[in-house]
Amino acid sequence: MTDPLVRLEQVTVAFDHRPVVDRVNLTVSRGDIVTIIGPNGAGKTTLIKTVLGIQRATSGQLSVAPGLVIGYVPQHLTLEPTLPLSVRRFMLLSGRALSDCKAALERTGVAHLLDASVHHLSGGEKQRLLLARALARKPDLLVLDEPAQGVDINGQATLYDLIRQLRDELHCGIIMISHDLHLVMAATDRVICLNQHVCCSGYPEDISQDPAFVETFGHQVAESLAVYHHHHNHRHNLHGDVVSTADAHEGCSHDHH
Amino acid sequence: MTIIDAVLGDFFWRALLGGLGVALVAGPLGCFVVWRRMAYFGDTLAHSALLGIALSFLISVPLNLGVVITCVLIALALVLLSRTRTLATDTLLGILAHSALAIGLVTLSFMPDVRVDLTGLLFGDLLAMTRQDLVWIYGGAAFVLSLLALLWRGLLMSTIHEELARVEGISVERLRLALMLMFSLVIAVAMKIVGVLLITALLIIPAATARRLAHNPEHMTALAVVFGVVAVSGGLTLSWYLDTPAGPSVVVTAFLVFLMVYAGARQSRH
Repeated sequence: MTDPLVRLEQVTVAFDHRPVVDRVNLTVSRGDIVTIIGPNGAGKTTLIKTVLGIQRATSGQLSVAPGLVIGYVPQHLTLEPTLPLSVRRFMLLSGRALSDCKAALERTGVAHLLDASVHHLSGGEKQRLLLARALARKPDLLVLDEPAQGVDINGQATLYDLIRQLRDELHCGIIMISHDLHLVMAATDRVICLNQHVCCSGYPEDISQDPAFVETFGHQVAESLAVYHHHHNHRHNLHGDVVSTADAHEGCSHDHH
Repeated sequence: MTIIDAVLGDFFWRALLGGLGVALVAGPLGCFVVWRRMAYFGDTLAHSALLGIALSFLISVPLNLGVVITCVLIALALVLLSRTRTLATDTLLGILAHSALAIGLVTLSFMPDVRVDLTGLLFGDLLAMTRQDLVWIYGGAAFVLSLLALLWRGLLMSTIHEELARVEGISVERLRLALMLMFSLVIAVAMKIVGVLLITALLIIPAATARRLAHNPEHMTALAVVFGVVAVSGGLTLSWYLDTPAGPSVVVTAFLVFLMVYAGARQSRH
């Protein structure tokens, strides 16, 4: 067990006295893949911005390992059309050597685009470019905000696969936000279901049976995920609803509205 | 020695030399105006230059210094006011731009013993370039260009993706302030040539023209300088032979070059 890369203790971020992130605890160590899921407006992006240090926490403790290098893959790369930019130039702006940049592009499968204009890339190519850009920094912690956006279904599975491989190669920690529940459940170690506060967190198999999760995402999603994993360590009640038996998670102890 | 004296003794050559110095910095800074969508912001700063002139007369400090300081203060006020988010940024810019211009004009009218050539201030004056102005222009240009070179990667990165830049340890806010300081300096030195009302054009048009042909940011800045030089030398020559106002002549030349490049380079896009 290594020291955690990032530790959040009771972190709250409030805008106009309204908490967007409410008393969240989160620890990420090397080798972890933590995925944050949750409905729109749940504070997912705000939470990772706090981890990244670009959003100040209103209260609570954020501690990061000394000298931590973060690789950030933002949700979009929307480039001003008036700014001409090639993939090569964008990569070199990371301040890393060309050989590192090329190796990173190679790893994410877009090395052939080195001299292309960033304006001409497809959504999927842009995501891979952003990922390569983060890799070139040789990060200890990789933070991805919906990495599979604009990527087709086949590409999504490959992308999550790549992310998992990168974790093994770099031995880094990974935090990501995702909407692709199936793929997340398959690719991730730990899931945090966020709805301002941490609704539930734990291993994918357990979380799909959590009442709080079922409440947030609906029965259908939860059922399909439970089936997807084929771990039938839960029971169904007379209506066919999932009844949780697992204890390997922290549940919510209050009402959801 | 005699050649230098002959050149600097002639007001046309002084104006041309000054104009070229301005084009040198207007190119790269103009690119940032275009990339960061700061055209209206540049206009506001330029308009407040007139307030700076009025205040300089009022408290008798050198004009250039008064303009730089006023522009920096207005820029800071803009940053602070835009954080409160009670008014949309373009409304705020409109209020500050025209109020600064109006207050400047009203203040000047209260000083009957100060003889200023308003048309010259608003639209530029070929005859007004002194040797001291040349020192200001080239000193300012050297300062701005070295600052730009020093901060280039950070400025470019925070223009491309502000959050990514922050995560990579670039102090985005400090760079924004540096950029505003540079704008203020350029406005102070460019004012003499093209006038308060047309400075933004000298920043934007060469940069927009360069965009058509450029394939990376540095290429675009270099081309913007070239087009700026063409606009200034063409415009001042026009002004000299046809006795047209200096600033508008420069801007008209810049616009003609813009039209030609866009018509000529229709198919190639980067």
